[in-house]
Amino acid sequence: MKVAICAQGNSHTAPLDPRFGRCGFFAIVDTTQNKWEFIPNPGATSGGGAGIQAAQELAKRGVKAIVTGRVGPNAMAVLQSAGIEVYTAVGETVQEAYQNFQNKNTTPLEKANAPSHAGIKQK
Amino acid sequence: MMIAVASGKGGTGKTTVAVSLALALADRQKIQYLDCDVEEPNGHILLKPRLQKKTPVTVPVPRLDQAKCTFCGRCAQICAYHALAVLPASVLIFPEMCHNCGGCWYFCPEKALTPAPREIGQIEEGGVGGIEFVHGRLNVGVAISPPLIRAVKERRRKDVPAIVDAPPGTSCPVIEAVSGVDFCLLVTEPTPFGLHDLELAAEMTKELGIPGGVVVNRSAGHDQEVEKFCRDKNLPLLLKIPLDREVAAAYSRGWPPLTVRPRWKEDFLTLWEKCREVARP
Repeated sequence: MKVAICAQGNSHTAPLDPRFGRCGFFAIVDTTQNKWEFIPNPGATSGGGAGIQAAQELAKRGVKAIVTGRVGPNAMAVLQSAGIEVYTAVGETVQEAYQNFQNKNTTPLEKANAPSHAGIKQK
Repeated sequence: MMIAVASGKGGTGKTTVAVSLALALADRQKIQYLDCDVEEPNGHILLKPRLQKKTPVTVPVPRLDQAKCTFCGRCAQICAYHALAVLPASVLIFPEMCHNCGGCWYFCPEKALTPAPREIGQIEEGGVGGIEFVHGRLNVGVAISPPLIRAVKERRRKDVPAIVDAPPGTSCPVIEAVSGVDFCLLVTEPTPFGLHDLELAAEMTKELGIPGGVVVNRSAGHDQEVEKFCRDKNLPLLLKIPLDREVAAAYSRGWPPLTVRPRWKEDFLTLWEKCREVARP
């Protein structure tokens, strides 16, 4: 299974990005092979609809779960339609968040926990 | 002749000026009052027109025929606003993100997308005395007002002068409201905030090539900063409206300034004439 983690940089030690739609990078981990891949988030520089764009990209790449901080309503709608599970991240770095996800220390998120445009106001 | 009343800063007195001009003129000729501040129209509170006609305003947004869709993703790819998301077996449409460009249904290879109307607000029309009144009301939750502003301006009759009450600011809604007018009055107040936003508004009219002039509202005789700005920018300072407690009290009851200061009518008629002189030929 592929899981995506919102990251501020493109390495295992990069800090988590609490934002979904506007996070800098996604760490995409293939859990069966423990294979890591870092991709820039196309939503990060988007004029609008960042979360929609980010969610679509992850769906296209076959991601089945995401580990993040805050997800807006439109992104959540796309994620749910795509059957992607959403988990609230625990930890400081991408690596820690992934371990906590693997150890089932993360809680699933059923609905959006951020208003529209929340991510653009941070940073 | 179409004159817009804009300001940059909110609350400087756009509606006060627009309404006073309308009332002063309406005694001698028919005029049109177009309230383009569709997010918070308030000209009607002062003018009290009888609103007789209400028309919904719609914009075209994509509608999907699921049976025809092959989930190719072309629509999502070309949409600059991400109003569509295409997933392996479903398409999500976010009408509130759509800027109505028509690109998605134009490029859809299967013709699975077609335009469908989405109501964004209403136009209300009516009149009072010699004033033909039009305003728009944007629906709650709609973020994009320019199409409604455009619809208000399409009610413009060429045979009578029109006064456009613009929204505050200098972004898309204001650009839509002032585009195509012959002259733009910039209403300011003698505060650092008023001046700051006047500078932005003056830059905007200059960029748009619209001749402009300044009205200082609530003047208490200390307008040196605004005067200097107008001199430096070669902007005519056309009128100073004095700070007047009676006018403020009347306003708070929903009465136009001319009801308590009838003599100001001449000043507004003079203002109109000055605008005509400077306006685009």
